[in-house]
Amino acid sequence: MKRVPFHGPGLDLSALTVMTGAQGVAHAIRQIDPDVFPVYPITPQTPIIQAVSQFVADGLCHTHVLDIESEHSAMSAAVGAALAGARTMTATASQGLALMVEVIYLAASMRAPIVVAVGNRTLSGPINIHGDHSDAMLARDSGAVQLFAENAEEAYHFTIIATRLAEDHHVLLPVMVGLDGFTITHSAEPVELLPDTQVEAFVGPYAYPSPLLAGEAGTYGPFAMPDSYFELKRQEIRAVEGVLDIFDHVSEEFSYLTGRRYSAVQAYRLDDAEAALVMMGSHAGTAKEVVDAMRLRGFRVGLLQIRLYRPFPRAEVRQWLARVSKVAVMDKASSPGTLPPLFLDVAASVAHSQELVSVIYGLGGRDVPAVGLQTVFEGLYSDRLRQGVPHYLVGREMEQEED
Amino acid sequence: MANIKDMALRAQAEPRFGPGHSLCRGCGIPSIVRTVLSSIPGRVAVMNATSCLEVATTRYPFTAWQVPWIHVAFENAAAVASGVEVAYHALAKKGVLSEPITLVVFAGDGGTYDIGLQALSGALERGHRFIYVCYDNEAYMNTGIQRSSATPFGASTTTSPGGRVAIGKPEPRKNITEIVAAHRIPYVAQAALSHWQDLSEKVQKAYHADGPAFLNVLSACPPGWGHEPRDAVSVVQLAVESGYWPLLEVIEGHWRLTYRPSEPVPVVKWLSLQGRFRHLFQNEQEEAIEKIQAIINEEWRRMVIRDRNDAPWFTTEEAHRWDAVSGLPDSWEPRLGEPMWESFRTSPDASVSKNG
Repeated sequence: MKRVPFHGPGLDLSALTVMTGAQGVAHAIRQIDPDVFPVYPITPQTPIIQAVSQFVADGLCHTHVLDIESEHSAMSAAVGAALAGARTMTATASQGLALMVEVIYLAASMRAPIVVAVGNRTLSGPINIHGDHSDAMLARDSGAVQLFAENAEEAYHFTIIATRLAEDHHVLLPVMVGLDGFTITHSAEPVELLPDTQVEAFVGPYAYPSPLLAGEAGTYGPFAMPDSYFELKRQEIRAVEGVLDIFDHVSEEFSYLTGRRYSAVQAYRLDDAEAALVMMGSHAGTAKEVVDAMRLRGFRVGLLQIRLYRPFPRAEVRQWLARVSKVAVMDKASSPGTLPPLFLDVAASVAHSQELVSVIYGLGGRDVPAVGLQTVFEGLYSDRLRQGVPHYLVGREMEQEED
Repeated sequence: MANIKDMALRAQAEPRFGPGHSLCRGCGIPSIVRTVLSSIPGRVAVMNATSCLEVATTRYPFTAWQVPWIHVAFENAAAVASGVEVAYHALAKKGVLSEPITLVVFAGDGGTYDIGLQALSGALERGHRFIYVCYDNEAYMNTGIQRSSATPFGASTTTSPGGRVAIGKPEPRKNITEIVAAHRIPYVAQAALSHWQDLSEKVQKAYHADGPAFLNVLSACPPGWGHEPRDAVSVVQLAVESGYWPLLEVIEGHWRLTYRPSEPVPVVKWLSLQGRFRHLFQNEQEEAIEKIQAIINEEWRRMVIRDRNDAPWFTTEEAHRWDAVSGLPDSWEPRLGEPMWESFRTSPDASVSKNG
């Protein structure tokens, strides 16, 4: 696959607006016009909820912004509103997501289709407001669908796709759209906004199958003993697995609007690659530059970008990495005492897992410039990187804990 | 005026809470739930915190609920109700829903006084219209009788056991009713299992409130309190007759006792019926018993002074928080019931209970 340069032919520059990822998400929310938006402020999610509040104040959307007293209550109110029969979205980050997690499990189990924009930020402590993927990993096993955007436009597009995906009657699950804190939430980039009417038509009206307030009676959220819990949990697991196909259909339909066909994983110059990085989020953009630069120098390198993290597209990952012998899985999160989450997911998907190298990078918003990613490729070629232990890309240099 | 015949007829015509649940013999909760639900006209939806009531009525695939009912978690019933209420407004605005619906929250004292206090306070401040019913059995009964901040001084629980040297819970209970009243919501009340007519009338006032309404209802818990199931109502009655549990209401700042015992019963009579206070008698803890009586006397003295004497919160229309003023968000508008609040505000004594 060839990268289309931003200013390439066929792109109408006049259709582009410069905006941050947070503004992109806010515009998507304005266009989707959810009924209820229960929110609690946390950096770096605040520009999303501020912009939506202003859209409402200016009469540009009809959403009821419910300024609630905590993220736990925000997600609780979201479950109540979504099941009552109202289209519901929310946004959070970091500690806020941590506080929400208890209720995200319940939202998934109760099949509440809530879109959650997450300005991915690290977790305390020590307290730090900058970007990494530690917060999202808290909800990894919750039953929520998780998408990771690379830039402002993807954050905008994914919010729209997420709405259709969440509300598909075979899905009915919370969908989290991850946009890296500050790197995407606060960085301005050109975004091509779709016409409001197109977004409105694409998401369609909210039609929850059996809303709480519509019927005479209905018991939502009952108590399940060991004789039924397992069956109910399996239904939820099946629904999450089913997202792989449905994401593809929704994405296909979305491509008719934008010309952009998002797949669960994006293979970038991977066909003949002998070394590859596996990444998600904003650094995938940097990695594409590094791949291009190294290709010019004759290295056959590529990138596998994970856009859909839950459910994890195991078959596609296995297929793309089958012929790549040197692979580094790049985690912007850690799991002290074992290898980090994305690494474990990739290792569980491929046949040659013992050859994979684990690299943890960017924790707490530590900047990783292009030269840092180049160091990882160089390490892969040198065969100096050990398997089975995480390496740390702290800025430009690779480090490893001493034995 | 509520009468038992009307309530029975309503319960029969529109069954809302069915039999077959697994609450204990002598448990006060089902009577409270039935009294509350059969005192509300029109459609009802219930939000339930994790609690005895929730686990005993919805064991999948069975349910005792014949109304829309939702449970999410322990600490968030008021937040879930906030979301449902806002969703109702959104759907009503779109014309999807037209029939008014009364939202009722049921939570225990743990889900109200302790872990759910933040969600409750937030919802009260935002003014969502619902009737929040705390059925207060004064400890975490669902998990096996651990102390809560509703547990009274001297009561033995599994985490504040009385013993040779311990008097049980060493702290007096939290006054949640005053905390809720501090939110200046239109209607706050204390009621008890034993006085169903008083409870029913309070529910009807709560139903007409132009904003959140809160009822703290003393329940009974035979396994947790240590009394015979058949004595449940009489134990609660003694809590009222001794002045331990004043039946009261706060209508926009007017505090009123809705019942005054003609001759207060010494609290020792109430204590001696319950196993949770047995250690006080066995270990000759006269001082502790005297302290319990002293706490009750002080609280009762304060209540009698406040009864019908407290200044109302709002004396001008301009300052009145709960009137629908143009420009206020939808959730402040009295949409979920009939606007009959005016009568309570103009003459608070007009609705004084006669049955007291």
